[in-house]
Amino acid sequence: MLKVTIDNIPIDVEDGTTILQAARMIGGKVVPPAMCYYSKLKGSGGKCRTCLVKVAQSSAKDPRPIPKLVASCSTPVQDGMVVQNLTSPEVVEARKAIVEFLLLNHPLDCPVCDQAGECDLQDLSFGYGMEETETVEERREFPATDIGDKIKLHMNRCILCYRCVYAADQITGKRVHGVLYRGDVSEIGTLIKQAVDNDFSGNMIDVCPVGALTDKTFRFKSRVWFLKPMNAHRDCPACAGKVTAWLFGEEIYRVTGRKDQYGELEDFICNECRFEKKDPGDWIIEGPRHIKRQSVISANHYERMKKQSIILPIAGKMEDQF
Amino acid sequence: MNKMMEQNNIVNHRQFAPEGRMVAFTPEVLQKVRQLIQRYPEGQQKSALLPVLHIAQEELGGYLSVDVMDYVATLLGIEPIEVYEVATFYSMFYLDKMGNYVIEVCRTGPCSISGGEKIMEHLQEVLRVKPGETTPDGLFTLKEVECLGSCGTGPVMQVNTGYYEHLTPGRVDRILEELKENANNNKPDGSSWVEKFC
Amino acid sequence: MGGKILLANIDVPGIRGFDVYRETGGYKSVEKALKEMTPAMVNTEVTKSGLRGRGGAGFPTGLKWSFLDRKTDRPRYLVCNADESEPGTFKDRYLMQHLPHLLIEGLIISSYALGVNTCYIYIRGEFKYLVGILEHAILEARDHGFLGERILGTDYSLKIFVHPGAGAYICGEETALLESLEGKRGNPRIKPPFPAFKGLYGCPTVVNNVETLAAVGPIIVMGGEEYAKFGKGKSTGTKLISACGNINKPGVYEIEMGLPVEDFIYGAAYCGGIKGDKYLKAVIPGGSSVPILPADLMLSTAKGERRLMTYESLADGDFATGTMLGSGGFIVFDEDACIVRNTWNLAHFYRHESCGQCSPCREGTGWMEKVLFRIEHGQGKLSDIDLLVRISKNIEGNTICPLGDAAAWPVASAIRHFRREFEFHVEHPEAVKHINHGALPVSALP
Repeated sequence: MLKVTIDNIPIDVEDGTTILQAARMIGGKVVPPAMCYYSKLKGSGGKCRTCLVKVAQSSAKDPRPIPKLVASCSTPVQDGMVVQNLTSPEVVEARKAIVEFLLLNHPLDCPVCDQAGECDLQDLSFGYGMEETETVEERREFPATDIGDKIKLHMNRCILCYRCVYAADQITGKRVHGVLYRGDVSEIGTLIKQAVDNDFSGNMIDVCPVGALTDKTFRFKSRVWFLKPMNAHRDCPACAGKVTAWLFGEEIYRVTGRKDQYGELEDFICNECRFEKKDPGDWIIEGPRHIKRQSVISANHYERMKKQSIILPIAGKMEDQF
Repeated sequence: MNKMMEQNNIVNHRQFAPEGRMVAFTPEVLQKVRQLIQRYPEGQQKSALLPVLHIAQEELGGYLSVDVMDYVATLLGIEPIEVYEVATFYSMFYLDKMGNYVIEVCRTGPCSISGGEKIMEHLQEVLRVKPGETTPDGLFTLKEVECLGSCGTGPVMQVNTGYYEHLTPGRVDRILEELKENANNNKPDGSSWVEKFC
Repeated sequence: MGGKILLANIDVPGIRGFDVYRETGGYKSVEKALKEMTPAMVNTEVTKSGLRGRGGAGFPTGLKWSFLDRKTDRPRYLVCNADESEPGTFKDRYLMQHLPHLLIEGLIISSYALGVNTCYIYIRGEFKYLVGILEHAILEARDHGFLGERILGTDYSLKIFVHPGAGAYICGEETALLESLEGKRGNPRIKPPFPAFKGLYGCPTVVNNVETLAAVGPIIVMGGEEYAKFGKGKSTGTKLISACGNINKPGVYEIEMGLPVEDFIYGAAYCGGIKGDKYLKAVIPGGSSVPILPADLMLSTAKGERRLMTYESLADGDFATGTMLGSGGFIVFDEDACIVRNTWNLAHFYRHESCGQCSPCREGTGWMEKVLFRIEHGQGKLSDIDLLVRISKNIEGNTICPLGDAAAWPVASAIRHFRREFEFHVEHPEAVKHINHGALPVSALP
């Protein structure tokens, strides 16, 4: 077992644990936000840089700090490592900078985006973003496209986390989409006009941290905070059949996988469960699902927002979200 | 203000479609490609993707059409998307039909201070095309590229991967004349990728 | 012109061919290493020589080699980084064009020292003509028994292959290079794990620059200690400097480390002074990524000492008043050079070459380019200058690979040392429209 201290809280973890995983074991405020890391997708992480933390002491053997901030999702813990997340002003500054970069070309079209209310970027911006921006540059714009008859791609909103690429690689049989081109014009795409069409493609929607990939069967039907999430299951030959059914009245508006407090699916579900089974009779409803990770809008935080340039997460805005 | 207009923020990457062309290497080239694949360990034949794409672009029409990329994917036993991802990443691969001669002018720092910008302006005037465009006769495509590693001998341009250095507008004119003549005589430029690999 | 090690025989006619190269003492180091030395002894000599990575980072080569995981039974690889794409740098190209066997020789000994049996030369695709030269040299070496199975009758076997890239600056970063070699997009890998443990095909791998590997042969022949006598302090040996810009004699020069910068710029054996007898305005001494320095700080440090061509002297004063030796791409600007335009030009380069994988670099390089474009084209605001400083700070150190830093440093340093010129661009938008191609010496600014 290795001993690691994160924001002054010690914990013993197994060899090979990353800083982020260790922080999640502690839970609460010490957990750095993660936009691209996804524990169930091999190879994910390291790209968005929102989970950067300060390593104040590398290990018991080598007490020197690591000069640069490190991505907590991909840095393994060493015995005696001392990590600072919110206790390091440097980390908070860097995270604000990352949010500014992520929002630089983001359309901020939350009012018409289906992801609003359960969007990781929205939460992150609320925690670390600025109210005003210095940029006067035009935003980069991509036309919206369909990839398959059930999935809409809004490349404008994409933060290039690569999660959907890993998901297609690892849980669907054949990957037909990927990251094309490079630099600030890189995009998620198929290059040739073709549908992302296989039984598990819908999981790309669930792993997307933003509103880049949305469910066309649910498009513009309702804001998520008006829906009642219910745990439901069915006997499905293709997947575990355990889902969250989102009800409006007695009607099922959409079906998603069951997400944990970090927005990660407990089980990947098949497209039939997700897109085809919208009749309450298809499901055995277990009861209301407690959404552990409350999002910005359902927490109704906007009322408390004051005109100030930066909302400091340390000041205690983030903690009651967990 | 005109210059400002050049900053284009709409990214509209073209959607491609298979042309339904039957493409295949000649037996000799195919043999060379098989040899190249052998250079990498068992199960790592994807490693040969970049060299094979170079050969494919040169041998099969001067650009990487969807048919060509799908053919390369079949040869290497990988998914087509793996080829698309790579082909769109590297600046030496073209997805659109190019002129017989692709003229790539270096625009980066050292070339720029030694007169690269004037060479570019001159080429635009002479060829009457903008960077990225092809002359109506299909002979020349003009492109702007980043550093070609020829900073001490700049300004520099590359024509179908051959270097032309120490450029002056006069020298550019002579090179263009020569290229036009070669095109008329169907003279190959004698530096194919296939020949490079022993 | 003493003190030449790599380019000692560059003027011998036909040196590119095996026979002439061999006559001038070539491949002696391979005979010595394979027949008289154990791999560990070769490692020791390289460590003793104090050789540092010539690709830009200056990391001690012996130390890098010592990290290689030798405990596994997986194959190990040596990859030669010939993806020379740093603006201002063209030394590796020169070396490979004229002395391909010097590189092959270095590769053989290094591979022997590292216990490597397969070695790849990753060369940038634009250097297509060099692919033929290198392939031919490999063939010659094989025909003479220096490559292939049981080299020189020993138990040691080695294959070397040339692998062309296809136009991506980022592939000069060692993990992006490995990705590219595996036939993927050149996205740098998240570290750890480092290539010494998980490199090419998940196997332990060493990636070294062309010039570094070329220096290994001479080091083995003369001995590490002898090599270390060249140079100054921790900057041992010689370095190839590729000089370009507004100088009389652009080209590749081998210098003994410790040469004063002033002698390099004005010496008849080197750059030969500024073109047209103009004044020196600024220098980027190590490839476009390193901070630009104005003439006075380039010639002497802030402490008033002469600036020398060594890793340490160029870095003296850190980034406030110093810079880096980097890859040795020495770009000289005369009094007429426009720093704003050049900074914008380089920002454009980095924007184009960012792989787009991590957010600070993908978004930040584009943002800086757009702001610099506005300033250069007379549409800037004074606050844009501070904005640029802030963006560069936010990119620096927060990215996956050093390209972020490489994009941030030129902008930050140009503003640090030439802020007045940026302000002039903002304040006189009409004037800069007419004199775009680099006008306005600092002295002419109001």
